Amino acid sequence: MKYAYYPGCSLECNSAAYDHSVRAVADLLGIELREIDDWNCCGATEYFTQDELAACAVIARNLALVDPQLDQVVAPCAACYLNLRKVDHLMQENPELESKVNQCLAAGKLHYDPGRVRVRHLLDLIYSDFGEATLRDKVVQPLTGLRVACYYGCQIVRPFHGTDNPEQPTKLDEVFSWLGAEVVDFPVKAHCCGGHMTQISEPQAFEMIRRLLANAEEYKADVIVTMCPMCQLNLDAYQARVNGFFHTDYKIPIIFFTQLLGVAFGLDWKKLGFGKEIVPAEPVLRRKLTAVAAA
Amino acid sequence: MAERVGVYICHCGSNIAGMVDVEQVAKWAGENLEGVVVSRDYKFMCSSLGQAMIEEDIKKHNLTHVVVGACSPHLHEKTFRKACQNAGLNPYLCQMTNLREHVSWVSRDREKATEKARALVAAAVERVKRQEPLQPLSVDVNPATLVIGGGIAGLQATLELADAGYPVYVVERRPSIGGHMAQFDKTFPTLDCSACILTPKMSEAGQHPNVTLYTYSEVDEVSGSVGHFRVRIRRKARMVTEDKCTGCGICVEKCPRKVVDEDFEAGFGYRKAIYTPFPQAVPRIPVIDVHSCIWFERQKCRACEKLCPTGAIDFEQKDEIIELEVGNIIVATGWNMFDCRRIPQYGYGRLANVFTALEFERMCNAAGPTNGKILLRDGKTEPQTVAIVHCVGSRDSNHNEYCSGICCMAALKFGHLVLEKTKAEVYSFYIDMRTNQKGYEEFYHRLLEEGMHFVRGKVAEVTDAARRPDEAGKLIVQVEDTLLGKQRRIPVDMVILMGALEPQTDAKELGLKLGISCSMAGWYTERHPKLDPVATMTDGIFVAGTCQGPKDIPASVAQGAAAAARVMGMITKRKVWIEPVVATIDESRCSGCRICNNICPYNAIEYDEAKGVSRVITAMCKGCGTCVAACPAGVISGAHFSNEQVFAEIEGILWDALQEEKKAEPQAVTG
Repeated sequence: MKYAYYPGCSLECNSAAYDHSVRAVADLLGIELREIDDWNCCGATEYFTQDELAACAVIARNLALVDPQLDQVVAPCAACYLNLRKVDHLMQENPELESKVNQCLAAGKLHYDPGRVRVRHLLDLIYSDFGEATLRDKVVQPLTGLRVACYYGCQIVRPFHGTDNPEQPTKLDEVFSWLGAEVVDFPVKAHCCGGHMTQISEPQAFEMIRRLLANAEEYKADVIVTMCPMCQLNLDAYQARVNGFFHTDYKIPIIFFTQLLGVAFGLDWKKLGFGKEIVPAEPVLRRKLTAVAAA
Repeated sequence: MAERVGVYICHCGSNIAGMVDVEQVAKWAGENLEGVVVSRDYKFMCSSLGQAMIEEDIKKHNLTHVVVGACSPHLHEKTFRKACQNAGLNPYLCQMTNLREHVSWVSRDREKATEKARALVAAAVERVKRQEPLQPLSVDVNPATLVIGGGIAGLQATLELADAGYPVYVVERRPSIGGHMAQFDKTFPTLDCSACILTPKMSEAGQHPNVTLYTYSEVDEVSGSVGHFRVRIRRKARMVTEDKCTGCGICVEKCPRKVVDEDFEAGFGYRKAIYTPFPQAVPRIPVIDVHSCIWFERQKCRACEKLCPTGAIDFEQKDEIIELEVGNIIVATGWNMFDCRRIPQYGYGRLANVFTALEFERMCNAAGPTNGKILLRDGKTEPQTVAIVHCVGSRDSNHNEYCSGICCMAALKFGHLVLEKTKAEVYSFYIDMRTNQKGYEEFYHRLLEEGMHFVRGKVAEVTDAARRPDEAGKLIVQVEDTLLGKQRRIPVDMVILMGALEPQTDAKELGLKLGISCSMAGWYTERHPKLDPVATMTDGIFVAGTCQGPKDIPASVAQGAAAAARVMGMITKRKVWIEPVVATIDESRCSGCRICNNICPYNAIEYDEAKGVSRVITAMCKGCGTCVAACPAGVISGAHFSNEQVFAEIEGILWDALQEEKKAEPQAVTG
């Protein structure tokens, strides 16, 4: 199976672990990801509020660049995924916008027919196209004994929630329970991590991050798995500062769901990008997983 | 004989005239359509003055046919047919064309609407000229009535009819009659005990000489039409012989298998594998649930059989089919509660102390699982704070747009019961408080005075993720208080979800069997939303209670009684006139191939073995025309829908185009 691949900017640098683990897991599952040639930034959450047409055109350019042989694109980053879907949807709904966006694209000798490319998240692909039996079959290192909090964030399930319930999504929970993990109840699983609030008001942002960490700790989660670079960054990189601010002592590793999938599939941990996270994940994972193996 | 047609175009106030140039349509028809001798428009054609105008014209101008361009024939076909009959014209020589629902109400362009109206009038004129006088058929009305559903609406209808001296058959799918009302503890706003007012009616129905109860039974098939329906009822195997069972209950007591009662106890309590749903069940005859019985699971046990003093247990019992003939049918199949798991953010099924309204009804009920004590899921702790969430699955574009109507009052009733039985604080989270029946608003004020807290806003989520120390171990209700304009988080011990009333999951299926339709939401459609609320578009079939839309007990009872009154009207008439719009087979040309026998959806064609021909049973034919189209020899004709009439109608629609064709071919133009 061949898919166009849109890594997005985060996966180039601060979330390189996500990129590495996505590629490794895809490779194992026989998913061929072809990176879109000359892709550009999706504009994240900010550009839309500045200039809607420009934002749409910038995003549509990526869709227009998808190899005509391919009709699906995989976008691991939550913001990229949402933006690509949003623009495809807006262009289908609004013919006027569609023609304006295509006028913009024409300047670069490009054109995009809305609806041509289906934007997929890797989770949806793994869940719907592979399913339980296939995934169980691939398990080399069962995740038995590992308590996992599945964190979906706000963008993947909203507002285009065709693939999962927007308030209490369950697909990631299901996938990890297939792999043997003990998926904990995590009621805040679709709450916002604060996004770029850390740049605007730290007390507000820290409170939003604290709620997530507190809830994971309350349910005795060993790790939080996320599908979004922003969520990973906020919960991981700001964890120490949140501890300082609230006088708490959280030490919860925050990893990408593909990293933990890779662990279960027995892939090389280095290839999965472990070691780039700030709250180290390896010790916790090794302790939990060997403890079970020993017992 | 030359046809002399009268055309009457109704303004319907501004309903039609606002979008269609009615004067012009009438004038055009008078000037252009062949055979039209008088053509008029009038403000309200259905008024007595309008009718009188038609009658006078028929006499004065010797009209042979009449066309009325007005509303839907569903509304006024009878009116205008009657007017024609009054003036000595056969009523089937009157044709209505729908200029309101089909034109003015669905158009935005006045010119195009007028053009369409002209085409429809031309079609009706061309058609009516080929219509023939028909004589309506009379059918005897069987005085027996079938009531589907033994809830309060069905019971009310049953008792009204039975007391008036007519036989009634009640079909109820559960093991006992009583419906949802049997599950409740108190009824609003008077707070009288639900069982105390319901059970006398149940036992009266159980003992009434005119009432036959078929509990644990379903309607399999309905055929025939008003006056003489034939009904097949499936009596599901109870595994208990009704004639032998005395209802002593020893089988239930000794049955070793206990399962969660998803039906009567709403999943909140247990029952045995052999059970009567509640102590006052009518009939008091238990049923064996074959899905949980140990014998059916692994061929062991049979404790009930060993202990039954009268030998009533019969593990070999099979479903039994009963055929009945009835004159009328009352549908009172009730409602189902919205599955609160469909709104996962409210936590039902995930958070232990979130309850549905039906669970809470059972909890309050003195005969329920907690003996009427209000306790958390642990069965011990009394809650200190209780939240009642309104509009769960109703007034919600993700689920049901409609208002369930009764939940505000039920929520107030719950609030009162909590305040009465515990020391808890009670919060109600509502969108709008809807208490608009007799005594309801007063009840709301009573609860305000009793100290129930009201927060106006739709709950965003119920969570156990605590943010503050005072939230630890509690359920937190996150809500935007729209009166304060603030987000609030209210920690509580117990949450009650007021699930929406939804139609029965198989309402559409039963509707198809009966030939009655459902609204988009799935509620049965009444003949007229204001003026004919219990009849349906199918003669002889009536609806009562919540199967027609959410309603409370008083309204359900009123509808049950109303449906019974309508049925009594049918019975006392003794005969009904049915439409002579039926198929006839030309026996001299019928080859006896019998294709029509199988294709008829109403089983209205029989085969005469002796003569080797098929014959239409006129009283059962609905005039659908399926056989007419299917007959390979073309010897079946459908009265009122002959090929000639239908083709003339099509030519009328194409009147403009045909004129142009005639102009293009000058030789075709004749005087």
